[in-house]
Amino acid sequence: MNIIVCIKQVPETTEVEFDEATGRLKREGVAAVINPFDEYAIEAGLRLREKYGGVVRALSMGPPMAEQALRDAIAMGADEGWLATDRVFGGADTWATSLTLALCIQKIGPFDIVICGLKTTDGDTGQTGPEMAEHLNVPHVSYVNEIGEVRDGKVRLRRNLDDGIETLEAPLPLIITVSKDINQPRLATLRGRLMAKKAEIKKITNQELGKDPKDLGLDGSFTRVVKIFTPPPPLGGEVIEGSPDELAEAIFRKLKEEKVI
Amino acid sequence: MTGEAPVTVKDSCTGCGVCVSSCPFGAITIEAGRAIIGDSCRVCGACVDACPSGAIEVAKVGVIDLTSWRGVLVFAEQHGSVIHPVAYELLGKGRELADRLSEPLYAVVLGKDVKPKTKELVSRGADRVFVYDDPSLESFRDDPYTDVLAGACREIKPSIFLIGATSIGRSLGPRVAARLKTGLTADCTGLDIDPETKLLRQTRPAYGGNIMATIITPNGRPQMATVRYKVMNEAKPDPGRKGEIVEKSVNRKAITDRIGIVNFEPAADQVSITDADIVVSGGKGLGDAKGFELIRGLANVLGGAVGASRPTVDEGWIEYRHQVGLSGRTVRPKLYIACGISGSVQHQAGMRTSDIIIAINEDKEAPICRISSLAAVGDLYEVVPRLMEKIKEYKTRD
Repeated sequence: MNIIVCIKQVPETTEVEFDEATGRLKREGVAAVINPFDEYAIEAGLRLREKYGGVVRALSMGPPMAEQALRDAIAMGADEGWLATDRVFGGADTWATSLTLALCIQKIGPFDIVICGLKTTDGDTGQTGPEMAEHLNVPHVSYVNEIGEVRDGKVRLRRNLDDGIETLEAPLPLIITVSKDINQPRLATLRGRLMAKKAEIKKITNQELGKDPKDLGLDGSFTRVVKIFTPPPPLGGEVIEGSPDELAEAIFRKLKEEKVI
Repeated sequence: MTGEAPVTVKDSCTGCGVCVSSCPFGAITIEAGRAIIGDSCRVCGACVDACPSGAIEVAKVGVIDLTSWRGVLVFAEQHGSVIHPVAYELLGKGRELADRLSEPLYAVVLGKDVKPKTKELVSRGADRVFVYDDPSLESFRDDPYTDVLAGACREIKPSIFLIGATSIGRSLGPRVAARLKTGLTADCTGLDIDPETKLLRQTRPAYGGNIMATIITPNGRPQMATVRYKVMNEAKPDPGRKGEIVEKSVNRKAITDRIGIVNFEPAADQVSITDADIVVSGGKGLGDAKGFELIRGLANVLGGAVGASRPTVDEGWIEYRHQVGLSGRTVRPKLYIACGISGSVQHQAGMRTSDIIIAINEDKEAPICRISSLAAVGDLYEVVPRLMEKIKEYKTRD
């Protein structure tokens, strides 16, 4: 199987600070890691390869330093690392990101399945996978928690919906996003780490994609962030004392006020 | 893109059908001697070259005419012909936005036997309801729903399109936005209109809720957003309200449907803690394993899931899958009730971004009390049963 796993490098912690004046996030001193949700996608890809053979290619878009995330994927067992990196890709929203990744995937070659994490811990959107599927004109299935048999160009999938679990039969090629209950990602082995160190990370720039720069990155994005702010802290401080009945009543009123009941 | 259908068929079409086989996406059908371009059209232009009569045209790509997109459209998600309540919240917010713009509020509903539901959508504020009532749309599938909704948007041309950020909405929204070549803002918790530019200001959490971002879609239409459930106020029904119902037909031949549903297992009443809107957690303050019966009781009354602090799991009072915190699950429900949990940094890491935190604890100096919206200082065994009584009473009164 030709398996592509899309990953993103994100700050290790979501407790980020930003510069009030410029609205930019302060990334200095914050370690960068593979988006934790993507580790499940890598694991899912590796398990498919173990069962059906083939190649697992990890693909990421980001600055040159995102190379490390791809090396980490290789350390886990991915065969190749591909990095879409170009100044013109920067500042992309999910539309421009998914377009760039879709173009990269076409460049890389035919695929059977593209696996993405459920969402990233920084953007929290979960949109890039489905949007990529639309750009590539292939079906997608979100929130997959189990990949079943692959047979006759089709795959059985189970996925989490709000009100239950759905079993689907989907044709390949296909894009899926996987949820955290699909597997337990493996740790990189020492041998894997050594391989990863030496591995060549293939770079894709816009020279290869040949796209008008104004269709990519910030210029190619339909959305614009106009303001970033810290949410009001949890309204700590309302500490109440009283009889059990008074306390129960206060909680009850709060639940009504917040429309929880 | 002008907002008009990007591919048009002129009167010189002879209905010869050459274009049908030329289309790599199977988007063209011949009806009444004329080619019809379906919603799965990707504007590749293959048919333009194939047509012997030169009858097919692709609109020139250019800046879209923003002023031709008017009104607020709400996707009324349904399950088994029952409208999902998030739709009523979208109508509540949508009405507000439409009034600010002095533009109409529309709703679109897809499904089987959903026609009778349109009245409710009108009574909740929709000026016009577009209904695609067709057996093929009974259960949600991304492909046909995308085809129909993208087609509806091209026809209705709303300035704003709101979809509930449910599991369905968050799968469908990106697909539709990409098809329409427009922006989509995920999981919004705030929406308003910029008084000067009249653009939709979409506010959403990012970085696990540690920052909020306000986002606009200046050059794409519709301005699309998925909106978090249980954040906006539900529109109240007004049975006397008048609105127009527009029945739309579905051209099944022009619709893609690549993924088959094999089976659906409705969730057991035990909600998983990561997905739950409400989590009721117990800590060492429970005293023993039996204490979780009380926690379960409160969770059931609220329709929530049961969480636990690490010490209770280490003691073997409850299974690991309930553990909230750095070494357990991270949860972000609308409501988190911490009963007898002191709130270590590690526990906080797993629940701090919950929308509302309520603590019941005997120690008012416990760290949990400092991050709670409401901290009740008392014996949970005294407070929780009384709270359950009040909720039950309130729910049966409805």
